[in-house]
Amino acid sequence: PCFCLEVGSGSGICITFLAQILNSSATFFCTDINPKAVEMTMATALKNGRTVEPILCNLTNALEQRLKGKVDVLLFNPPYVVTPSDEVASGGIEASWAGGIKGREVTDKFLPKVASLLSPDGAFYLVVIKENDPDDIEQLMKSYGLSMKCLGSRRAGREYLSILRFARQPEHSHSWS
Amino acid sequence: MLTSNIIKGVTKGFPLGITPTKVEVKEVDFNPTFIVKTLTKIDYSALYQAANDVGHAEGLPEKLEDDVKENEDLLKKLHNALLQVEVIEGELVCPESGRKFPISNGIPNMLLLENEVENVTQ
Repeated sequence: PCFCLEVGSGSGICITFLAQILNSSATFFCTDINPKAVEMTMATALKNGRTVEPILCNLTNALEQRLKGKVDVLLFNPPYVVTPSDEVASGGIEASWAGGIKGREVTDKFLPKVASLLSPDGAFYLVVIKENDPDDIEQLMKSYGLSMKCLGSRRAGREYLSILRFARQPEHSHSWS
Repeated sequence: MLTSNIIKGVTKGFPLGITPTKVEVKEVDFNPTFIVKTLTKIDYSALYQAANDVGHAEGLPEKLEDDVKENEDLLKKLHNALLQVEVIEGELVCPESGRKFPISNGIPNMLLLENEVENVTQ
């Protein structure tokens, strides 16, 4: 991979971990709407001996045009908690969890952009809870030409979480290549 | 890292101008394959302009030739511009509106004010 992008990097653990496992042979961009989060992301990466490029912006709006068709790994652990709509996108710490109706309001703003951001072989990884209606997300992403695979699910406290992977080709078994 | 300039302004603005007030050059391991690969994915003229804006364009050509991957000397200079030169404090300037986006601690702040956001189509 050449370009990786995490939307809503928060503490920075995901993008830092990605930089570690990919051994930094790529460029790691990350965004967050909260100024404290981007600083924390930078600090987390540095503490772990990695370099990342944090940008303070709303979703990916400052990067979309130039990264079109270039993102090889796209990560999003969104604010997925079901909350009243007026709690969404506050800019404070609530922005890290408040997802509005069905916990989908922020996710739904971003999903239409995924297909155009991804490189031809790129993949998008999304964290969801049951309440976000993963089946509905699967249908929605299909209409953008992306097929979904659930990589794993588990319960953590009150939440039933899943990691979903979206890419242009359906997953082939390795014997295919 | 200068390639964080792949950002648009409020309207269409690219490339963003840079007015740095604090620039640092740190040492990063030279990986020629990575440089060559990254160069194919970025707008070189924007990188050149950015390097000029921050005063670190010594030895960089205005245009890149195809044989750049054989030119280790040039690759090292490109590596410097891409990975080693960092704007710690300064501003990014939208070429169309003149709107300035502050950079602090190496992080650009691209958040827009409410009256700068275009009507979003749902």
